[in-house]
Amino acid sequence: MTVNVVEARGLTKRFGSVEAVTDVSFSVAEHGICGLLGRNGSGKTTLMHLLTGQEFASSGRSTLFGESPVENAAVLGRTCFIKETQTYPDGFRAKHVLRAASWVFPHWDAELADQLVVEFDVPLGRRVKRMSRGQRSAVGVVVGIASRAELTIFDEPYAGLDAVARHIFYDRLLQDYGIHPRTILMSTHLIDEVADILDRVLVIDDGRLMIDADADELRGSATTLAGRHSAVQGFAEGREVLTWDSLGGLATVTLTGLTEAEKSAAQAAGLDVVPVSLQQLIVGRTRGAAREEIAS
Amino acid sequence: MDDSKPLFLQIADQIEGQIVDNSMREESQVPSINELSAFHRINPATALKGVNLLVEAGILYKKRGVGMFVAPGAREVLMSQRREAFRSQFLRPLVVEAAKLAITPQQLTHMIEKEAGR
Repeated sequence: MTVNVVEARGLTKRFGSVEAVTDVSFSVAEHGICGLLGRNGSGKTTLMHLLTGQEFASSGRSTLFGESPVENAAVLGRTCFIKETQTYPDGFRAKHVLRAASWVFPHWDAELADQLVVEFDVPLGRRVKRMSRGQRSAVGVVVGIASRAELTIFDEPYAGLDAVARHIFYDRLLQDYGIHPRTILMSTHLIDEVADILDRVLVIDDGRLMIDADADELRGSATTLAGRHSAVQGFAEGREVLTWDSLGGLATVTLTGLTEAEKSAAQAAGLDVVPVSLQQLIVGRTRGAAREEIAS
Repeated sequence: MDDSKPLFLQIADQIEGQIVDNSMREESQVPSINELSAFHRINPATALKGVNLLVEAGILYKKRGVGMFVAPGAREVLMSQRREAFRSQFLRPLVVEAAKLAITPQQLTHMIEKEAGR
């Protein structure tokens, strides 16, 4: 039996009276691109710090490659964690970062790193401290891809990167992943952009794991119906309603779990049947949770 | 790629479409999983799932160590499938919309004949 690359059981982290991560359990098997999605401040970064042993959990436990990550060189050598706010020693230039990475990561590909440096326009001789946010992100992205670590964790890898650079990132990541499959865990709030490259989706909201699903299953799991109020209401009854808007005699509702036959029936009843993107679905779900909390 | 249905189905649909319109001929080689993944900017596992669907249906076949090819007779199979789906996919929405606009079936028939004759 192969051991899960990442395993979290009941992970909880409290900072004083604030609970940043609450009872999070999931596992990530070998090979795949897993998205950790959620709003800013939802606990994504804290969760990544817990997983990599940079923070101690208040309760619960987690393992990487079946072992505790805390002060465990064997496990951390197989892991590349690209933090959003990576700090380097004073005076460190981009070329020093890459050289250090080549010592740390056993599968480091120097040729690939050079190629990425050109593509992302990384100023090798510049001190990291003096770099723009986008340039610092580019350094992280180069290290993350070229390290070819068995587990690569990206925390918001592209803060400050423009749309062109982000697409280079997706392309290069996919390309290299296709040839050298590995396990990638990536946090982001740009859901629409990354949705298609993910095979697994974890959504965290207010510190809790809300969705843990196969990306393909999640896509197309919700549908928006629009049309006459009475007809929409008929279809919505007894179902999980993610969003509900009405205006005069018209209503728009987002529902989960409609079968193909039911969609056809809705269409036949004169309703517009529109698929829901991953981003809309997640916004609907996380908003829904916030609403329930206010109501209770 | 859009959100209308699971991506792996869209991959399968697209390859089917290319076989039907003859831009991918029988016995010709299909792009590799990594090529599909890079081109559509999707996860390779998703591309593989789409291609496997067509392998299971006998539309594509694998040559070990070489790649994936369009099976002989695949085009005819797909054409007949699509003819069956034509009614629910195209005809029904057309009729529903026509009814909304008070277009009678006779008028609709006339419009179709006119459109086809253009």
